[in-house]
Amino acid sequence: MYFWYKPGKGFVIMHKLWASTYKEMILLTRDLGGIAILFIMPLLLLIVITLVQDSTFKTISDVRIPVLLVDNDQGEVSKNIIENLAESNSFEILLKNTEEEAKDAVFAGKYQLAIVIPENLSTSLQKKVNQNVGGILAKFGLEEDSLITPKETIPQKEVRLYFDPATQVSFKSSVKNGIDKMISKIETQSIYKTFQTELGEETEPIFDTENFIAFKEIRPTKGNKEIIPNSAQHNIPAWTLFAIFFIIVPLSINLVKEKNQGTFVRLRTTPVNYATVLGGKTLVYLVVCLIQFTLMLLVGIYLFPAIGLPGLDVSGKLAMLYLVALFSGLAAIGLGLLLGTIAETQEQAAPFGSTLVVILAALGGVWVPVFVMPKFMQLISKISPMNWGLEAFYDVFLRNMQFAEILPRILLLLLFFLTTTIIAIIYNQRKNAV
Amino acid sequence: MIQINQLSKKYKGAEFFSVKDLSLKVEPGEIYGLLGPNGAGKTTLISMLTSLLKPTSGSFTINGLNFKDNKNQLKQLIGIVPQEYALYPTLTAFENLQYFGSMYGIKGETLKKSICEHLEIMGLSKFSDKKTATFSGGMKRRVNLIAGILHQPKVLFLDEPTVGVDVQSKNVIIDHLKLLNKQGATIIYTSHHLNEAEVFCTHVAIIDNGEIIIKGIPSELIKNQTGANNLEDVFLVQTGKGLRDYA
Repeated sequence: MYFWYKPGKGFVIMHKLWASTYKEMILLTRDLGGIAILFIMPLLLLIVITLVQDSTFKTISDVRIPVLLVDNDQGEVSKNIIENLAESNSFEILLKNTEEEAKDAVFAGKYQLAIVIPENLSTSLQKKVNQNVGGILAKFGLEEDSLITPKETIPQKEVRLYFDPATQVSFKSSVKNGIDKMISKIETQSIYKTFQTELGEETEPIFDTENFIAFKEIRPTKGNKEIIPNSAQHNIPAWTLFAIFFIIVPLSINLVKEKNQGTFVRLRTTPVNYATVLGGKTLVYLVVCLIQFTLMLLVGIYLFPAIGLPGLDVSGKLAMLYLVALFSGLAAIGLGLLLGTIAETQEQAAPFGSTLVVILAALGGVWVPVFVMPKFMQLISKISPMNWGLEAFYDVFLRNMQFAEILPRILLLLLFFLTTTIIAIIYNQRKNAV
Repeated sequence: MIQINQLSKKYKGAEFFSVKDLSLKVEPGEIYGLLGPNGAGKTTLISMLTSLLKPTSGSFTINGLNFKDNKNQLKQLIGIVPQEYALYPTLTAFENLQYFGSMYGIKGETLKKSICEHLEIMGLSKFSDKKTATFSGGMKRRVNLIAGILHQPKVLFLDEPTVGVDVQSKNVIIDHLKLLNKQGATIIYTSHHLNEAEVFCTHVAIIDNGEIIIKGIPSELIKNQTGANNLEDVFLVQTGKGLRDYA
């Protein structure tokens, strides 16, 4: 039995661990192409994704999207709709003569959206409002002759929307909501206006048509300063975590290579335990993760503002951020060690590892927030280490939480590392038992 | 030194035993050659004796110890030189040896001195800082040997240590093994080079189909085999001339 300290030989396992670490470090530094991929590709991923997401954001807020509009109404309501759309600063209105023409252009992908306002919308809306207002006034005995009309059935009118089939669901939802809100406002204003007319107040407005209920977003504060989240604070944790977990691929390939080149067979005949061999790999790859993280932070702090993206604010959070990165790295390494121990060939390890990372990222909420997932997937996401890491990063970056509050997530990540590593050791022990 | 009792190995799904009820005793200081055609079971036997493979049945002890109870003690006692080059191609010869030596607990100046001495003996001193990926087959074979003997094992297992090397490299390897044997190491060795085994080994066992078919001192085996002039003649009489292709 080997202990940490062996009389006459000193700290034997520490020496073996150091030798393993040193060997791994040399192996890694000799593969310059591999190092470049390990460090440059995640940075490229982060920059590209943030630029893409930032431009998507601008598409909705700053840049005007050309929208086709067919005005079959030619009345007050359609005029209102066109004015509101123009005022929203989100759309550039291009008028078309026929619905067919607009539909073909949108379905061909030339435009993202077409709005078709039906015939007689203004007249029908006014009739409907008159009918309803007249009904109400009659109940109060205030009804005048002008509004006493026989009860007529007014067919519902529909404003038709055509979307490019390639348009994303989130964009469609936000446009639908916006138009719905706008139409509701027009309807409400028509009702107020009709009431006012019927009550004989033509000059002075008697109704305040502005919304009475407003909303205000209250953000977390740090001291007296409000923490304003930006896309860098959302993107950097998510994609840094994604990159950290991609360490699974080179690490598992490293282990498989050991088996294929015969060095692992030699190691099995030496008095070194598998945990020590894995320990050396863990230490080196953990440093790689932390360097990756540092580079990501530097990009966020210095490069992003230089290329017009929102900069990353890490003030007062650095230690906690490194703590989360450290334990996220350990969780990823544990998974890599397990995969590399079980896989027999690089062809098994590489595609499985990379697909697994993508699945874990999807489950963890890197692409789609967990709260919008179906209930079942939300439950599954709770067991994704990437979710623990991401939430811990958000806790620090955006929720201004302290160490004690992120500790449960840190412990989960540590537990995940220990579990996967122990399974790898037991699997190796059983497989090679003599 | 080595006592093997009815050792057997049958691989999962295999029809036949690779090693069947094999018993053998190797005394301290012997150079024992395990000879046999391809697929005879030599590598399987060495793999079991070096803890790389679990026997199906039977047992063995080395210096009175077994792997079940004295794993690390035994691993420290034995040295293995596998048939494949078990080296990191992107590490230099020195770095490879430094790492494997460290795994035996050797460190500092002792390790450095031992590596330099062995590289000198094997004629590799001036290549110590070159990556093993650039080495010829013979050079890799010599580094492979050093990696198995740095910790001065009492028992040395060599699986075809001279396969695919030139005559010069072969001589260096064999001479060094003889020196180690003189210094007290017991050597178990497999080879297809019967002429080499005849002069190198103190004892040989010819294995076929997982069983020892004949064993003894090479000169006595030759003497006792009618019409045999060398070990190869004995080998062919005992194992036949049929090809031993297998997949």
